[in-house]
Amino acid sequence: MSTAADKPVLPGSLNANRSLARWIRINDDGTVAVRVGKVEIGQGILTALAQIAADELDVELHQVRIVTANTESNPNEGMTSGSRSVEESGEALRYVCAEVRALFMQAAARALAASIEKLQVSEGVFHVDGKRTSYWDLAAEVDLVREASAQVPPKQAADLTIVGRYAQRIDLPAKIFGEPAYIQDMALPGLAHGRIVRPPNYAAKLLSLDDAGVRALPGVIAVVRDGDFLGVVAEREEQAIKAAAVLAQACRWDAPRQLPHEAQIYDYLTSRPVETAVISDKKDEKAKARTHTTLEATYRKPYIAHASIGPSCAIARYDGERYELWSHSQGIYPLRGDMVKCLRVPADRIVVHHADGSGCYGHNGADDVALDAALLARAVSPRPVRVQWMRADESGWEPFGPAMVMKLKASTDAQGNIVDWTHETWSNPHSNRSGRGPGSTLIAAPHMADPVPVSPPIDSPLPAGASHRNAIPLYEFPNQKVARHLIMDTPLRISALRALGGFANVFAIESMLDELAIACGADPVEFRLRHLKDARARAVIERVAQMADWKSGEKGDGTRGRGIGFCKYKNLGSYCAVIAEVVLEQELRVVKAWAAVDIGRVVNPNGAINQIEGGVLQATSWTLKEAVRFDDNFVTSLGWDTYPILTFAEAPRVEVQLIDRPSETSKGAGEGAQGPTGAAIVNALHNAVGVRVRELPLTRERIMAAMA
Amino acid sequence: MPERFELDVNGKVCAVEAEPDTPLLYILRNDLDLKGARYGCGTGQCGACTVLMDGKDIQSCDTPLWAVAGKSITTVEGIGTRAQPHPLQQAFLDEQAAQCGYCITGILMASKALLDRNPEPSDRDIDQALERHLCRCGSHNRIRRAIHRAAQAMGGKR
Ligand code: FES
Ligand code: FES
Repeated sequence: MSTAADKPVLPGSLNANRSLARWIRINDDGTVAVRVGKVEIGQGILTALAQIAADELDVELHQVRIVTANTESNPNEGMTSGSRSVEESGEALRYVCAEVRALFMQAAARALAASIEKLQVSEGVFHVDGKRTSYWDLAAEVDLVREASAQVPPKQAADLTIVGRYAQRIDLPAKIFGEPAYIQDMALPGLAHGRIVRPPNYAAKLLSLDDAGVRALPGVIAVVRDGDFLGVVAEREEQAIKAAAVLAQACRWDAPRQLPHEAQIYDYLTSRPVETAVISDKKDEKAKARTHTTLEATYRKPYIAHASIGPSCAIARYDGERYELWSHSQGIYPLRGDMVKCLRVPADRIVVHHADGSGCYGHNGADDVALDAALLARAVSPRPVRVQWMRADESGWEPFGPAMVMKLKASTDAQGNIVDWTHETWSNPHSNRSGRGPGSTLIAAPHMADPVPVSPPIDSPLPAGASHRNAIPLYEFPNQKVARHLIMDTPLRISALRALGGFANVFAIESMLDELAIACGADPVEFRLRHLKDARARAVIERVAQMADWKSGEKGDGTRGRGIGFCKYKNLGSYCAVIAEVVLEQELRVVKAWAAVDIGRVVNPNGAINQIEGGVLQATSWTLKEAVRFDDNFVTSLGWDTYPILTFAEAPRVEVQLIDRPSETSKGAGEGAQGPTGAAIVNALHNAVGVRVRELPLTRERIMAAMA
Repeated sequence: MPERFELDVNGKVCAVEAEPDTPLLYILRNDLDLKGARYGCGTGQCGACTVLMDGKDIQSCDTPLWAVAGKSITTVEGIGTRAQPHPLQQAFLDEQAAQCGYCITGILMASKALLDRNPEPSDRDIDQALERHLCRCGSHNRIRRAIHRAAQAMGGKR
């Protein structure tokens, strides 16, 4: 017996899920079941994975049935995050499907008494000289319960016929026809409705509760209290909502006001104890000696909310022994890990099924509400309970993308070459996800009477990084020092938001680059190219300049202007360059954005463009409008009136071009546009009106203050 | 106290029993099993719950049950099906005008009300009609294109 450690490393998620049968099953209805551990969060991943599988198996896309992730049958692929799904799940599927196809080819050759070389395959049918058989005819003969070898090479780029072509998203019809498509829509027999009553702030403790009035309300099945965790279960949804509102009034809390004030947040964060790491250090004294002009600046980015349109939701059922959960979590296995600790039952007594939710853009309340639902379901066993958070629950309690401060200092020589570069980032860690650490990160875990300790947040290491994601510039500078100061004191609840620290770091780097270009009298496009060797990086910048018909040295007219931003996401993912055009009216408006993107081999071009358009628009919203509001007690931006996001009238036209590179590995498209878009807008504002705003969002007040 | 109401939803008369102040949204979703209208905010600020009342787009999350008695309600399920899609639904599919799709059914209903009163809307008209609709995924460009496409497809039919 060999141990896992001596086994060869297999591609992507195949390494940890090595049985072919874990991934593929030939259904008896003429379709092929493809089981994946990655989940749909509105990014179209299941369609892209179905395309990859169909292509390798030589079946049609409509013959593929993706089995929604669950902890009973599907592979464990950890989190669906970081734009890694095509790399991890897609790579695994390429090898799995190539091998499955080869096994069936052998069986078909035997069955048809033909040589493998002569066999043709299409739509899942193997044929030769008028004789035919199929995956379905041969299913009983080919045992897929075997370890993958990954020795059968997947198709060459030139042989792909489904990958790289337009494919309609397989999940969209249900969503557009209003069919029950989301976890929010699931109906189970006997379903009861739950709502949660959260404490008034993060530190509050329940002093007393007089719930007799709530229990007497129509439809109320149970008032559930477990320490400081409180909820209600009712027959009807509106009854649960009313009961929760009454229950909230029936509590007395000790709620110390402990938050730093919003206006002092950046000073507060930068004065906390930090763990400092120098992550890049390059020295060239000769180059440094050429220093001619030096600029220094501090950039700030506030807490930003995921702000899903549909508040988080979960359904739970407890039969006295086993929990069954439905969740829109990005990681059902890691979620189960936290559930084991909080519900205090072994993993084999918890099943988590994934069900689609509203777009999440990172770690929102999805995991938290699953524990809420489980605690309520335990109290009314065996009835299933559906909990959907109210808007204020989501807006107040979701973990936010951390506030960040970036201090940059850079010098150029007399010819306008950057000779020295220093970048320091202050930030909280960027992940509070489930499934890690000694305790749990779920909201209710420390509230329970027998609490589960809170696991500290983590900041994933480089090269992908988290708070330091994209802090090391891709540009080539002879002297360079990049440091990350990690602040473990987290006044607001935080976790992963699309692009993590990459958004703020790129905003800072690309702003400073623009400031330097202007100081040197250089064109910002040319200035970037001057410092970049990477050919693919240069190509997206050149392409976007061409798309936007960028004129070297172009100047804004006092209200209207354009700017550019660029990054290679995580320094190892997609390349993206964005040009934004803004006009300063009552508010700053982005009227148009162009994006050129290289994600290697493109699986679904329309899907990728959709993701990038969405990324550009969401980053526009972050940059122009968004900041989580709070006072010394708690979050105060509890609805769309206090946390406004981009409206239709404010949404710029977006033009996207992909530079397809069929022989390069596929990279995710979901996050690469965030940083470049923010930077392009800030730079466009300067180009338009000649002022530099270094703190987001670019509100009217902030712009006016800078202009004064 | 719960009361009995007769509602006209998608051309069918249905009887429901609930408190008169129950938001229409929960009646549609939980009593009539029409899940197309979705909860987003409950306060009329996001548009996810939009349906038509006598042809006008309203937010079902802040419309009480008593206010819809005697009116005719149309939900997304009432405008088209997979077999016979409404031109707007076809156009949203053709343009792949959604990412997570959570906002889309509400936007479809507001778009239907728009095209019913203005068969050839400009971008500006669209932006105005969708003023109260939020899309966090950033599908705005595709949604505009899809509405224009549907308007074209419907041209002359009205
Ligand atoms: S749920 Fe009705 S407007 Fe938001
Ligand atoms: S498509 Fe996700 S909110 Fe609009």
